[in-house]
Parts: sequence; C-alpha cells; structure tokens
Amino acid sequence: MVEIVVLVKQVPDTNAKIEIKDGRADLSMIKWITSPYDEYALEVALQHKEAVGGSVTALTLGPARCDKTLKDAKALGVDKIARVDVSEGYIDSFSVQSMLAEACRNLGAEVVYCGKAAADTNAGSTGPGVAQKLGWASIANVTKIVFGDNTLELMQPAPEGQAKVGVDLPALITCDKGMGEPRRANVKGIMMAKRAVVDLIDVGSFEGNTSVLEHTSPPQKPPGKSYEGSEHVPEVVKLLRDEANVI
Amino acid sequence: MSEIIILADVNNNELKESTSEVVTAALSLGNNPIVVVPGTSPEAAANIAANYEGVGSVIALQSDCFATYDSAAWAEAIASVSPPGHLLTSSTSRGKELAARLAASRNATVVQDVIEIEGNTISHPIYSGKAHEKLALSGPSVMTIRSNVFKSAGSGGSATITNVNSSSDLRTTLKEMVAKASEKLDVSEADIIISGGRGMGTPENFEKLYRVANILGAAVGASRAAVDTWEEIPHSMQVGQTGKTVNPSLYIAVGISGAIQHLAGMRTSKYIVAINKDGTAPIFRHADYGIIATWEEALPLLEQELGSLLG
Repeated sequence: MVEIVVLVKQVPDTNAKIEIKDGRADLSMIKWITSPYDEYALEVALQHKEAVGGSVTALTLGPARCDKTLKDAKALGVDKIARVDVSEGYIDSFSVQSMLAEACRNLGAEVVYCGKAAADTNAGSTGPGVAQKLGWASIANVTKIVFGDNTLELMQPAPEGQAKVGVDLPALITCDKGMGEPRRANVKGIMMAKRAVVDLIDVGSFEGNTSVLEHTSPPQKPPGKSYEGSEHVPEVVKLLRDEANVI
Repeated sequence: MSEIIILADVNNNELKESTSEVVTAALSLGNNPIVVVPGTSPEAAANIAANYEGVGSVIALQSDCFATYDSAAWAEAIASVSPPGHLLTSSTSRGKELAARLAASRNATVVQDVIEIEGNTISHPIYSGKAHEKLALSGPSVMTIRSNVFKSAGSGGSATITNVNSSSDLRTTLKEMVAKASEKLDVSEADIIISGGRGMGTPENFEKLYRVANILGAAVGASRAAVDTWEEIPHSMQVGQTGKTVNPSLYIAVGISGAIQHLAGMRTSKYIVAINKDGTAPIFRHADYGIIATWEEALPLLEQELGSLLG
C-alpha cells in the first residue's frame, strides 16, 4: 500500500493565442485545460496503484477554477482530490515549491508524480524543487516505469542515450510522453466526480523574491522574402550563406 | 557580501560551450563571478573555465557522485561549495532540474530560460514563447540561461582555481545505459534543424530530410501532426509546445503548415526557411525565406545546391 500524490496544474489551452492587455497576458477568454504532461503523470499514478495497491491523491495549487482539473482527475479514478487555495495571479516558484512540498507532507505522500513541465511556464521547476524541499530523490523526464515493492525502475534520457535507473521510495518522478496513452474517463467516473468534494489544504503563505513588471508580446520579425516555385531554391541557399550567414 | 555563482555545464568532465554564454550573462549582474566546475576529475574543465574573460575564481569540485547523474546528490555537492548570491547555469534539461533543486535548498526563486538581464530585471518566455515576462528581482535567485542568446565570453582570463573534494550519497542507481540507436543529432542540441510535417506524405520520405541534414550537420525534427500520425517518427523528434522548444540559427520547415503549437517551439530560431506547397500556410508569416513549392521538387534542389556549396 503506497500513498501516491500526483501534482496537476490547470493551464491555458496550448492552442490558445495569448493576447497582452495593459502589460499582462489577458487570460479572461482562455479555455483552461489540464497540463498535457500532467495527464501522463495521472496515468502513471493510477498504474502504480493498480500494480501494488494504495491510494492516489490529485493535488493542485490555484484558485477555485482549478477544481475542474481535479474533478477531471477524479473521473479518471483517483481516490482523493485536494487543492492549495491561492488567488489568481503570479506566484513565485519559491512559494509554489514550498506550498506543494508542505501539502505533500500533510498528505503523507510516499511517491509524487508530476508532468515534466507545465505547458504555461515550460519551466519544470516544481517537481525537482518539491523533491528538494522534501529531501527526496527526483528523476526527471521519465518515459517508462516498472513498479516494484517500495522501489521503482525507470527510463530517463541521458546525453549518451537512455538511462535505466533504480530508486527506493520516497521519490518524486516527472513524466514525459511515452508511457502509453492516458486513459479516458467513463460515464460512471464522470458521475462520481460530480459529487466529489475538493479537500482544501492550508499550508500557510510564503514570500518569494520576484515580482512581475510586465508581460509583452515577443518581438515581431520583419516580413520575410517569399518565392514562388522550387527554381528559387538556389537563390535562397545563397542568401542563407551571404545575407543570413547561417550556413 | 553576495557573490555571483556559475554552475558550469559539464558532462563526463567535459565543459560545454554554453558555459561561456552563462559567464556573459553573469557579468551583467556583477563582477568576478565564481564558476563551480563539477566532475570526477574536473581539472581540465576548470582550466578552460578559468580562461574565460571576467571570471573571478573557479572551484574545481571533485566528487565520485558526478560519475552518474543523480540530481539530489549533485545538488547537495554543488550547494556545499556555493556561497550566497545569484546562481546561474545553462538552460539544459539537467541544468533546469539542478537549478530548481538548488533554488529550493537556498530558499530562492528559480527563473528558467532567461533571455535578458538588465540590472535587477530579467526576462524569460512564458506560454511557450507566445509572451515574454519581465520580472523584478528583490533578492538572490537561481536562473538558467537560454542558449544562443548571450554572446560567448572572450578568453584570456586567468582566474585562480581552488580544488575541493566532496562526497554525497547517491539516491539512485544507474542500472544500464542504453546507447542511442544511431548517431543522429538531437534537435535540442543542433544549431541547424530541418523538420518535416504531415505534408511529407509518408515517414519513409523523411529520408530526404536526412540527406539534407547530413550535408548541413543538422538534426531532423518533426511536427506534432507527423509524430501523432506515424509510429516511425518518435516523440523525441517533436518540435513544439508539447515537444521540444528549440532555438537554432537556422530552422527549415518542410511540409509544415505552422500550427500555433509548432510555432511555439521554434519561433525564436534566428532564421526560418519554409517550404510548403500551400502559399497560405501560416508558417510563411514567420519565415525569413519562404518557398512555395512541393517538397518533391524543392528538396532534391536544396540537397544539390548545399552539396555543391558545402560538400
């Protein structure tokens, strides 16, 4: 029986266009989704429970809108859903790591899974940071897992190829694509999720040392040159050498 | 007194060139940064680091734990020799993981993929580059520096090197190293990338991209549509928001329409060439050089021209 926690994050739809309004990304019209890599983490957590027995808690940090992501996780079959309640807006990575580590401690976690990076920040700071705060091993960008009794055997990319790594629990694992398609919720799961209650976890507050000055759109490039027909390939190759100096 | 610390990007005792870009970034925060060079025998790499112009001093950090990668052990060893202050390293996958751990152990904020530093304000991309975020720093932070953004530091420095031995317990065991199936260059390491989309028709046609890539010393990438459609095209080749974010000098997109998802992963490439038969494809709005043609016509010509120019 192992106490499994999955960190999930609600992020703007990865296909959404991000508009800037008054120096901030305008997310008022955005469709929110569960961060894609976290869906792999959820799948692995459920597989872990199925392999050795235990309990899975999906944990998030965010405002009330994030309950949707938790209920979606519940529909897939997690046992409990929990949220660290924070208000809308920027939260420094130090605070995020500290609060989630504290919440994992409260939940009695023995293994924590999360996506390799959230699709909004692409940072990948939360998993390893939480592991450090907990004093745990962490293994990042994992593509394959074999569940043992209190141990895991994992594949992760290395400069030389793929490393097969063993670790004893407790440990934190960040998940990449490759562990099979995440399961889909069935009707029964969706009905159960509607009645599920989100456990609010209070972990106190932390203060980091960064604040947002502004968001901007990335600089637009001047319009490029366009050619019709493959006969212009030699010309473009010359420009790559003489104008762009990249070959 | 607060120092500026650079964690050198080292693999198997070999110093990666990106470290010299981190030196330049560090120098915009303050003078005489300290470079920590980890390794099982870090002396040679430490000598190179000491040679970067502007470096204040170098710590050659010897530990057996650096023989295999173990983020907890590495972070512990590095933290033990790093004084308080800003800490910077390269924005590689290991660099980002170590930065997150070191920030947690120093109770500091970590900011990944920094592309600009001006006094105490730093910028980095968010939403996969669809926006930039400018942050004010009010205390020591840990940051990773995106490659190909800052200039390389000059050489001619002669910083003093201190040798430190450290030991920390490994938390993981390396059971086996499975070598790459081939010597194919990875998109995240390449300075030139040629990517194919579903417009390539079949996965076998990617061979045509490899032929061009071989001449250029380029890596071959793919769009999500191609990866999702064909089993033969692995996810490791995927460029885009749910794949790899790349920043090469030259990105050649072939048969890729340019979904937002894909653009998010490659829009910061220095130069973009698009080859597509559909002149209205969104990729052309981001291309420096757009060629409206089928790949069947364009790729053999591209191979021939590059071959005669560079071959």
